Amino acid sequence: MKQRYKQHYSRGSNLLTAVFIVVGLLWIVPIIAVAVNAFKTNAAVNQNAFALPNADTFVGFDNFVKGMTFGNYPFWKSVGYSLFITLASTALILICTSMAAWYISRVGSTFTKVVYYLCIFSMVVPFQMVMFTLSTTADTLKLNTPWTIPIIYLGFGAGLAVFMFTGFVHSIPLEIEEAAVIDGCSPIRTFFSVVLPMLKPTMISVGVLEIMWVWNDYLLPYLVLDRTKYMTIPIHIQYLKGSYGSVDLGATMALILLSIIPVIIFYLTCQKHIIKGVAAGAVKG
Amino acid sequence: MKKKKRDAAALSSELIRRPIRRWFPVFLLPTLVCFCIGFIWPFAQGIYLSFCTFNTPKDATWTGISNYVKAFRDAGFVHAFKNTALFAIVSIVLINVLAFAIAYALTQKMRGSSLFRTIFFMPNLIGGVVLGYIWSMIFDAILKHYSTYLTANATYGFWGLVILVAWQQIGYMMIIYIAGLQAVPEDMLEAAKIDGASKSQTLFRVVIPNVMPSITICMFLTLTNSFKLFDQNLALTGGAPSVIMNGAKVNMTELLALNIYSTYNINKNWHGAAQAKAVVFFILVASLAIAQLTATRQKEVQQ
Repeated sequence: MKQRYKQHYSRGSNLLTAVFIVVGLLWIVPIIAVAVNAFKTNAAVNQNAFALPNADTFVGFDNFVKGMTFGNYPFWKSVGYSLFITLASTALILICTSMAAWYISRVGSTFTKVVYYLCIFSMVVPFQMVMFTLSTTADTLKLNTPWTIPIIYLGFGAGLAVFMFTGFVHSIPLEIEEAAVIDGCSPIRTFFSVVLPMLKPTMISVGVLEIMWVWNDYLLPYLVLDRTKYMTIPIHIQYLKGSYGSVDLGATMALILLSIIPVIIFYLTCQKHIIKGVAAGAVKG
Repeated sequence: MKKKKRDAAALSSELIRRPIRRWFPVFLLPTLVCFCIGFIWPFAQGIYLSFCTFNTPKDATWTGISNYVKAFRDAGFVHAFKNTALFAIVSIVLINVLAFAIAYALTQKMRGSSLFRTIFFMPNLIGGVVLGYIWSMIFDAILKHYSTYLTANATYGFWGLVILVAWQQIGYMMIIYIAGLQAVPEDMLEAAKIDGASKSQTLFRVVIPNVMPSITICMFLTLTNSFKLFDQNLALTGGAPSVIMNGAKVNMTELLALNIYSTYNINKNWHGAAQAKAVVFFILVASLAIAQLTATRQKEVQQ
């Protein structure tokens, strides 16, 4: 069946493919420009960013070395903090909010309903509304380190995650959990060995959304973290660009290239889940 | 459908409910505590501080609505407001038309359609700050041919931001449209074909009415996204160029979110006004989101 479809490409569809190759180039060229300019001298980038490097302008990996060691804050440290913060925050959000969503959905008291509606409410509040007070609160409670910032992410990101999990938990038939309870499972056991496995698809959707959010987030860590000690990749790139009077574009591009390579690898390997997660998350609005 | 789900939750049997209740500290408490630290408390404090003069939350003194008056008298805020509205309109039209067209083409029988899907979605994985720097380099390189640069003129900055955001979000909206297009019932399309409908008739009379829910979702997503835009704005132009208008400095390419942020950074006399701006901004974004929710709900009922 599938094969029969494959054979029929009309002339119109070939034309369409040709048009899309041109359009698709518009999406690829900026990334290629970053990769090319990462190997050119700063002057050459300023002169003509679209030219390929030649013998005079090619600097090999100098830009990478320069960018990574610039301004007494090594780039690999930012990468490490970014990785840690993203993974820890996502894990924390997934575990805590799925448990909370199950509790909210199964207990169904007035109190849990209030919590649930507050979670929905938090989804429509823009970050600028809380940014100042959140950063002072984090300072007061000494939550301004990479090791504690996942707590802030859980707090600010709980809304969407609880909402998505609750929606799914509602659709799980109660009979399964009843059977588990009759067989003598404690709530902990019921949750972890009965409910959690069923939540896997939602876990992936929520996980993808959280990873994309936390990894790319600039303002929250910028305001919360003690910037003299801790940076993440977006902060580091902003700092590199902002602190120089005239910016070293070559070095900036080298760092940008380093920061998007893992993202692109992540995307190409988990593409199916990412697109599914985005489609599921979009419905929430 | 929704009603049924709610009933099921209400009937949640005592058998399950009673033992779970005792486990409140394990299941709900951690999230609840963090939610209070990360959202409830800062939100409440933010509302309160918008009526105060303060440097830090500890030295706040109540001053009534003077912050709001100051915010609305600020030429920069008013300009950012208009700028954001214009930006939202332009990007909603541009992104949705292009995303729908691409999604429509990619759902036809076509060579390499999944490869194109992958390519168009890719920018969504890259953060706003990084995207801003990539595009500022590209725009500067293009404008160099006309011996000018991106932050020389507010018009360049505005359209630059439109192009950047379109480039980033078309792929995202495309995914939602593709999901909608694939859900159009096959027999309807066949019936239209048998009845001799032309391609454009099928598109406008059969396909588009069937993907209306996706269109509503995408319209509102682009709307709220443009209102909340911050990182891209900061990294691309940072609000430059600025002019003096009525004795106040106005950053010409600033959108609302960035204007709030830069108001904080002027000096401590502006903290209160910045927080007031943030509350206004919140009310605006929240009402847009609520309008969206009601609109999508109505669509669901109709179906």
